[in-house]
Amino acid sequence: MADEKRLQEDLVLSNAPHIRTKDSVRKVMWLVVISLLPVTINSVYLFGCQVLLLIGTAVITAMAAEAAYQFLLKRKITALDGSAVITGLLLAMNVPPHAPVWMVALGSAFAIIIAKQLFGGIGFNIFNPALAGRAFMMASWPVEMTTTWHPFSSGNVLSSSLPRAHSLSQQAVDTITSATPLGVLKDGQGLLKDLAVAPGQLYEFLFSGEMLKSLFMGNIGGCIGETSALFILIGAAFLLYKKIITWHIPVSYIGTVVVIMLMYYLFNDSDMPYRAILFHLLSGGLMLGAFYMATDMVTSPVTARGMIIFGAGCGIITSVIRLWGGYPEGVSYSILLMNAAVPLIDRLTKPRVFGTEKN
Amino acid sequence: MLLKTFKGGIHPPGHKKLSRDKPFVNLSIPHRCYIPLQQHIGKPAVPLVEVDDIVEEGQIIGRADGFISANVHASIPGRVVEITDYPTVYSEHGQCVVIEAEGSFSSSGKNVESRNWEELSSDELMNLVHEAGITGMGGAAFPTAVKLSPPEHREIDTFVVNGAECEPYLTVDDMLMQTYPDEIIEGIRITLKILKINKAAIGIEKNKPEAIKAISKAIENGNFNETIELHPLPVKYPQGAEKQLIYTILKREVPSGELPLDVGVVVNNVGTIFAMREAVLYGKPLIERFLTVTGSIVKKPGNYKVRIGARITDIVEECGGLTEKPAKIIMGGPMCGLALNHMEISVVKGTSGILILGQDEVTIHDYNPCIRCGRCVAACPMHLMPNELGNAVEKQRYDIAETLHPFDCIMCGSCTYVCPSKRPLSHFIKLAQVTFSAKR
Repeated sequence: MADEKRLQEDLVLSNAPHIRTKDSVRKVMWLVVISLLPVTINSVYLFGCQVLLLIGTAVITAMAAEAAYQFLLKRKITALDGSAVITGLLLAMNVPPHAPVWMVALGSAFAIIIAKQLFGGIGFNIFNPALAGRAFMMASWPVEMTTTWHPFSSGNVLSSSLPRAHSLSQQAVDTITSATPLGVLKDGQGLLKDLAVAPGQLYEFLFSGEMLKSLFMGNIGGCIGETSALFILIGAAFLLYKKIITWHIPVSYIGTVVVIMLMYYLFNDSDMPYRAILFHLLSGGLMLGAFYMATDMVTSPVTARGMIIFGAGCGIITSVIRLWGGYPEGVSYSILLMNAAVPLIDRLTKPRVFGTEKN
Repeated sequence: MLLKTFKGGIHPPGHKKLSRDKPFVNLSIPHRCYIPLQQHIGKPAVPLVEVDDIVEEGQIIGRADGFISANVHASIPGRVVEITDYPTVYSEHGQCVVIEAEGSFSSSGKNVESRNWEELSSDELMNLVHEAGITGMGGAAFPTAVKLSPPEHREIDTFVVNGAECEPYLTVDDMLMQTYPDEIIEGIRITLKILKINKAAIGIEKNKPEAIKAISKAIENGNFNETIELHPLPVKYPQGAEKQLIYTILKREVPSGELPLDVGVVVNNVGTIFAMREAVLYGKPLIERFLTVTGSIVKKPGNYKVRIGARITDIVEECGGLTEKPAKIIMGGPMCGLALNHMEISVVKGTSGILILGQDEVTIHDYNPCIRCGRCVAACPMHLMPNELGNAVEKQRYDIAETLHPFDCIMCGSCTYVCPSKRPLSHFIKLAQVTFSAKR
């Protein structure tokens, strides 16, 4: 019945499609690592090799924690797929450069084991593991997490060689430069009282061209990944070009912050509203958060519309925390809170199936 | 001006360079043809011949069984040596009529007088198409006469001609349009008469400039600009999928679960139109077709004319054979084609291409969990959520899968192509479709 000449070809039999993209999870992760090189190099330049020690600790702890967890639970070990590397790297970006090594290790282990693996491993975690790790560290060791970020040997966060507003006393300058820009902005009231500094003088100093330039270029204190908007933007441009991230979340996040800040400063009849907004954009972890943390694929929506809503939500919460909340900085918490809303956002922004009614 | 295209789709590497400049070459007539009686959607044809019968070239050997079926004809003159089951592209056991070549050719190489089709009525034209056993030659193989006879109450206003050829590697439609543009225009006019309408729209992807030029000139020469419009299309897969094609050209959305008829449209591939013209003008049944033989390990890739029932193994041999051991033999294109487990399979009416992939072009993937990157959602031309469908089927949560519109999936493979976790999304969705169909 069957033709005797049928050949045994050792052929691969599978359903269409027979071609696949060359992209893989590992490739995506490595591209993200590469995009963070400019920021990392700038940080090493600013803070010294301590930075590399912390990054290394975070990354190795993350991979080890993942491998150990998966080994103990007899699951497939995926510690080398690149996702643990990213979590470790991004966690390190969010800690101060002079934080203790053991603290970073614990934070990294928490991020992987609690925030990622316990939820089901890659693809199943609700919260951004690196940010969850940072939140854990902030809650456990608030002092170390908010004071160990001085790049200057004087212990200052801002260079005291920033041209001073002509009317500020030396003492005022010293006090101001030992805190972070956002911290100064938030605690302006306290400074005013102690040092007889008028609000106008303070803002003149904070929003001066030199200050803004420092924030942009990055010779200022803060967490490892937070200080230079310039290098973050370079890395982000690379990610956008390689289509690892899309514009929706960063534009929506930053755009919303701009709009809210604009309304706030204009409503309050502020002297330099546009500089104030630029100051907010360039300081704290906003750039890092908008381009690297909020865009984490697993913890953000899958549809374009959902991403825009997500970004806007992050923008609103960040602005509210910064302007009226207790913390000077709100990026990490706003992203974590919006992460919790993602399943709902996904459900509400399902695309209309081709050929069905618009309703 | 380029039309705005459908939302979604992908841009896989085209690989058309292997064969796009190769003019048609006639391959040798096989000494034995294995002609399946099922080459179309619907019921298989009923055999009209018996073993040891002598048949002429083009003689009918299988009659359409019921409304949705098609006639089958002898591709070569000769003796019927077997009527048995052979593996075909559609089934492990497909009834085939095997003819051993003998005697002279009645039409090939002979000058056949052409009819004046303009004197025939719509019904007479339709009958010629039906008699000739014409089925869709873009891949789906739906009996054309059935497609051209919509139910009474359905109003058709536009005939859409599919010259998109969006699948990578395939170039047969491109070469057909470049080589026979006037014939295709005539075929379109014949079809317009059958449908009793006077508006046609041809879609050709922009990456075929020579074809666009040739067809455009043919329309100009005959002064048919009023009835036939040519639309260059953006290059994207799956631009040639009929729902997406209709949307791009006419901005009409075929409703979920319905056919193009429902938006007043009938779609046909250019190859089908060419065959219809041959049937009407010369009474020639569907016994041969053009196709692309391609792949980086094929010695002589190109566009060829072959007889229905010729075996892939003989065709590949005539194309110089392969430079190394093949990993996949595909009938069709790389996105929707069928992988075969050996080469003793016949070319059928819907075979638009034979693609052979080498060892390093094929990877067997181990897949990983969904990382929610959203690429599949962005790629899906039907705007589904392949990630959710895949997850639901993987966990056997068919209750969830049912709410995600699995039957709206056109099985284009775009989602599976883009997934960085290498998840077999099309397969999961197919499994959902099959599971639900079985339950009904």
